[in-house]
Amino acid sequence: MDIMPRWVDIIIVPLLSLFLAAFLSALLIIAIGESPIAALNLMIEGTLLRSAGWGYMLYYTTNFIFTGLAVSVAFHAALFNIGGEGQAMIGGLGVALVCLFIPWPHWTLAIVGASVGAALFGMIWAGLPAYLQAKRGSHIVITTIMFNFIAAGVLNFFLVDVLKPKGSMDPASANFPSTTHLPTFQDLASLFGFEKAFRSAPANVSFFIALLACVAVWYLIWRSPLGYEIRALGKSGPAARYAGVRPVKIIMIAMMISGALCGMMAINTTQGESERLILNFTEGAGFIGIAVALMGRSHPLGVLLAALLFGFLYQGGAELALWTKIPRELIVVIQALVILFTGALSLMVRAPLERFFMSLQKAKE
Amino acid sequence: MIDFLTLLQVLDSSLRLATPLLLVCLAGLFSERAGIFDIGLEGKLLAAAFVSAAFAAITGSVWLGLLAGILASIMLSLLHGLASITLRGDQIISGVAINFLAAGLTVVVAQDLFGQGGRTPPLKSGGRFEPINFPGATSSKGINDAGPLMQLYSELFSGHSLLVYVALLTVPLSWFILYKTRYGLRLRAVGENPAAVDTAGISVVGLRYSAVIIGGVLCGIAGAYIATSLQANFTKDMSAGRGFIALAALIFAKWRPWYALSACLLFGFFFAVDTRFQNILLPAWSLSGFLILIALGLLSYVWRKDYLDKVVLGGLALGISTIAIMIVFSVWNTGASSQIKIPVVFIQSLPYVLTVVVLAGFVGKAIPPRAGGQPYVKER
Repeated sequence: MDIMPRWVDIIIVPLLSLFLAAFLSALLIIAIGESPIAALNLMIEGTLLRSAGWGYMLYYTTNFIFTGLAVSVAFHAALFNIGGEGQAMIGGLGVALVCLFIPWPHWTLAIVGASVGAALFGMIWAGLPAYLQAKRGSHIVITTIMFNFIAAGVLNFFLVDVLKPKGSMDPASANFPSTTHLPTFQDLASLFGFEKAFRSAPANVSFFIALLACVAVWYLIWRSPLGYEIRALGKSGPAARYAGVRPVKIIMIAMMISGALCGMMAINTTQGESERLILNFTEGAGFIGIAVALMGRSHPLGVLLAALLFGFLYQGGAELALWTKIPRELIVVIQALVILFTGALSLMVRAPLERFFMSLQKAKE
Repeated sequence: MIDFLTLLQVLDSSLRLATPLLLVCLAGLFSERAGIFDIGLEGKLLAAAFVSAAFAAITGSVWLGLLAGILASIMLSLLHGLASITLRGDQIISGVAINFLAAGLTVVVAQDLFGQGGRTPPLKSGGRFEPINFPGATSSKGINDAGPLMQLYSELFSGHSLLVYVALLTVPLSWFILYKTRYGLRLRAVGENPAAVDTAGISVVGLRYSAVIIGGVLCGIAGAYIATSLQANFTKDMSAGRGFIALAALIFAKWRPWYALSACLLFGFFFAVDTRFQNILLPAWSLSGFLILIALGLLSYVWRKDYLDKVVLGGLALGISTIAIMIVFSVWNTGASSQIKIPVVFIQSLPYVLTVVVLAGFVGKAIPPRAGGQPYVKER
């Protein structure tokens, strides 16, 4: 553990993994018959050089911050929450119920109400697998996968049989009342006189809630007694138990925080963007949270940076699909490679680095 | 009531839909019995489906397609082995990565090769596994007039593609390998206590690699089946969560081959019912009575348990009884014999709910292989 300096562990290893993933993706792009350099230029042009591009990127980033933080909190307790997708879906249901059935006077109140609804619903959906893990010993990975599918069924039922307005054909809820609509970045920019900035981009004020969530998670994990207990349990179960940590309680709390964060993703997508509840609004963000958490090494700052990167990839991927014959699914491949190199094959990335620093140390002696 | 022929047709399609589940479930069985968790079954299934359809489309030979599909699936198995056996990485994360890799690569390559939005062109007759008709079986035209035994023979037993029979044969074969051979004994031992196997001078790494490769072969056959037999081309994400359902079936079957067969047939039956009947009607009063019974059962279970059990299971009981009361309210005016429509999504979710119930251990606890999920580090 102490062979490498801390900065290598924190900065070089993720960057090297990213570089490997990018290299393999470049080979794939060449195999398709396109130029990787041109593709990268196009991605930068469509994302970073236009304010609307930023608006889309930050919209995706908001989702990935929430799900990335969620996976991170669970990771700290040595739990693998693969059910972010389902928790977000049920969170969306919470948002929809709050927005549709409570007459909110203003969006500032509505966003608080919707956040509570989303967090509560996500919490309940993560709480059941957590309970089964804590009290019955059922493997949390399997139960959360099952709960993803059950959530899809529940969402489908509510959209088709309960929330769908009469006479409507597509499985979606009614539009939320206009008092619950969140201001987008375009609205915010026009307050300051920039009417043309962020035009029609979906990024909205929930981005700032995501940033707040980063700070809150940082405080929770590294500055609060509860976070200490979560990390202690994650590092060594028997030691934590000996020190008086109650595993059942910590597993429940960690998973419910995780579920609440996943659920809150829905204020961005459901209240902020579509302004009604639709099928498939999660678009796999729950799974991308895994890549984001691994890449960001489960630290809120790392998660923020990784979420920005994936936001860039998602918006850039859409640009590629629009202008070249590279399909959007290329991003899924990149995501898989990032998970592979930062998570499963991390020893392959670290071993040569460790050897290098070992030889440096020997040279010093 | 439905007639005998309809029942046979539902069972017939249950068998067809259960076949990929069964093969993937047995793949997971070998892998997990050797101590390697495999979340990546879904990805292997998808990759094999694409590669077999692509090869069958290009070469026109379904056998080459099958072979290529199996090879593709083995490649992913080896990647999983490299990550989780050799490099001792996290098996869950590796599986997640393999699922994404397959989901992304299949579409990217399909789009590049065929340019049809991530599909392969429809397979012609040589590129598909055709149904095998048993001697003497009636054709679909004469089936209505045939006697019940003839209907059973022609509809349920005859007329499946070769791979369905292969899948059914792999069940006794897996049972034999796992329980009647030396290799099987060692394989099971390596999933329970790899250190003991190592002490006996047998290679843990070798055994585990062999298990994931067997899993790769089975997933490959399953992939070829869904792309060249169940359907006649590859479409984006066509595995549709079957890998995860197979994982559920594996837990349902408590990691045993014969149980796996019944679990997969049961789940296949759910899917067949779901595709065959649009409206499933159940008597409303008995249904709500049944739900109330479950709720009461939960409540009596938590009576003397601690606070957390009371909150969670009590809440669950409350939720279930709310549904029961809502059902009663909706049929209050229509009399005692009224029926209520069950939304199809509930039938679709049933395999997952049942698996969670089994995992929870309220009905027959499922205990996984003890060394599952942990990389083996040789003592120095």
